[in-house]
Amino acid sequence: MEKVALFATCLTDTLYPDTARAAVRLLERLGCSVDFPLGQTCCGQMHFNTGYRRHAVDLAGRFQQVFAGYDAVVAPSGSCAAMVRDVHPRLGAGTPRTFELSEFLVDVLGVTEVGAYFPHRVTYHPTCHSLRMLGVGEKPLALLRAVRGLDLVELPAATECCGFGGTFAIKNADTSTAMLADKMRHVLDTGAEVLTAGDNSCLMHIGGGLSRLRAGVRPVHLAEILASTEEEPWTPASR
Amino acid sequence: MTWLGSPKFPDAARAALADTQLRRNLRNATTTIRGRRAEAVDELPDWEELRRAGEAIKEQVLHHLDTYLEQLEAAVTRRGGTVHWARDAAEANAVVRDLVGDAEEVVKVKSMTTAEIGLNEALAAAGVHAVETDLAELIVQLGDDRPSHILVPAIHRNRAEIREIFRAAGLEAESDDPRVLAEAARAHLRRKFLSCDVAISGANFAVADTGSVVVLESEGNGRMCLTLPRRLITVMGIEKVVPTWQDLEVFLQLLPRSSTAERMNPYTSVWTGVTPGDGPQEFHLVLLDNGRTATLADPEGRQALRCIRCSACLNVCPVYERTGGRSYGSVYPGPIGAIITPQLVDDPRDEQAASLPFASSLCGACFEVCPVRIDIPEVLTHLRAEVVRARGRDAESVAMAAAAWVFASPRRYAAAQKLGSLARFLARDGRLSRLPGPGAAWTSSRDAPVPAREPFREWWRKNRG
Repeated sequence: MEKVALFATCLTDTLYPDTARAAVRLLERLGCSVDFPLGQTCCGQMHFNTGYRRHAVDLAGRFQQVFAGYDAVVAPSGSCAAMVRDVHPRLGAGTPRTFELSEFLVDVLGVTEVGAYFPHRVTYHPTCHSLRMLGVGEKPLALLRAVRGLDLVELPAATECCGFGGTFAIKNADTSTAMLADKMRHVLDTGAEVLTAGDNSCLMHIGGGLSRLRAGVRPVHLAEILASTEEEPWTPASR
Repeated sequence: MTWLGSPKFPDAARAALADTQLRRNLRNATTTIRGRRAEAVDELPDWEELRRAGEAIKEQVLHHLDTYLEQLEAAVTRRGGTVHWARDAAEANAVVRDLVGDAEEVVKVKSMTTAEIGLNEALAAAGVHAVETDLAELIVQLGDDRPSHILVPAIHRNRAEIREIFRAAGLEAESDDPRVLAEAARAHLRRKFLSCDVAISGANFAVADTGSVVVLESEGNGRMCLTLPRRLITVMGIEKVVPTWQDLEVFLQLLPRSSTAERMNPYTSVWTGVTPGDGPQEFHLVLLDNGRTATLADPEGRQALRCIRCSACLNVCPVYERTGGRSYGSVYPGPIGAIITPQLVDDPRDEQAASLPFASSLCGACFEVCPVRIDIPEVLTHLRAEVVRARGRDAESVAMAAAAWVFASPRRYAAAQKLGSLARFLARDGRLSRLPGPGAAWTSSRDAPVPAREPFREWWRKNRG
């Protein structure tokens, strides 16, 4: 049995607790023993990417302390996992074995069929950090294809950034919005009911735009789809 | 380096985003070249090894730049050329102006470096007209415009616009058929090639051990420039040197596929000093620093000097695709410009240059395509840190420090979550459509998430803790 620590990420912890609960349910269903170290806060990505390195160094050090005792750390976020794995060492912090959720399922647990049931038409946005910093590749798609009832439709120009980029969305709001508009157009072109991704930050951005349009496409984190079963189906909640 | 009076990136971008014609021109052009580049690169099974080789050669050069430059100088001199050293734009322009002598008109092959130092303007002030001979560069020059792309300076123009520019400049084109437009430019340029005595070029590479200088171009106009006039003046950034011909071979594979998606470059001109009775009889090489040694001194930032100006990063950049090159306010646009320009300007209080490292969503597409593996996102965050340090205390730094203080303690963090959840009361129909303060920029185009009733950690403590 794998003993894993869930790193919920500050965004998911605060705004999308359903995703973290789903990750716990999913990992336990697959035989993991899951802990949530309550000392965790944030990986420091926002500070690092905005130019506040000293704060990022402190937060990376803190992350290291909190998660030092675990075999593996799993995060439902490609960008936070990439921050921990790729950037923390550059900031002088050692890094516990940290995985983005789909990597952990496929590479460590060795499963693609997780017993999920999700009878909806879904399109998948491969977020930039999952795609390019972590190189998760086809793993999330393999997981989605194995979900019973799920109709996976391809997203046009999928690998293009949605325009979130953390504080980029605030500092360059107009450019961010232009990128978002194209991403939303592609999502709507698919005719999917659900947009999924491995990062709640990108989903917050695209979902925020779709909500403003009253577009009716619902953003759902990959963990929530994979946790959904016939007995305990996914229900729309906090989003 | 930067165009005087250029607005900060977010402001320039806002204006560009409103230009729907520009956005359409750019989207068409970048989408096409992006696909073609991917195909050209996929043909080579050893592309990743080539990238690593390119990176390694450039790193080797940067670590021993003094040695290779001295080798180059000795070799050029041995072959009958003259080497001039220029610390900055003013020195380089003065050297070139002297070398031009009493010529009233000179022909130029497109050169980023001479654009960087504002050579055309400096020559114009001395009464010398510099004629751009690269077709796209000519379009920019005749339109009294600014280049917006490293490789295709007129990428923001479509053919109807080009015909108008030609007509206004007195070049007759009967239609906007690309063939007709090219013919009009050709007739115009032939007259210049045959009448000018002096040519000015940039350089893509210079080989240290033989003193050979290399220019890659697609039209052959560059080759006319490099071979017809009697006197040739080349202005080259000091980082363009490579040790040997064997090293050059790597870049002759990397550059064309990355920039024009071609297997081999159409015109690769190499010249070594002077050859009596053939080609230019006088050759001058101006080696330009202009902020490069300062960049070299920065261990994190110096990888930008590996750049071979292929423009692959521009063609994949989602920010560039929407805002165009001119929003960057510099001769070096796009992701590479966002890291080169601030380093060459080397003044973190220059607000326009300081806005450039933030002109990216850090999506990483630029790093993925870079043929010499410049980790552009890494340098962007490094330069952001420099900007923040130089700016000192302001509203943002106070907010960031407060956030770090909250994140430093799980207790404070949980308290902040509770406080944040009060935003629930601002929601209407389960949506937050207008946030105060910096959040207003977010809700200009997006609804904000309504904070959860119960954060995850609260749930865990109650149910599992």
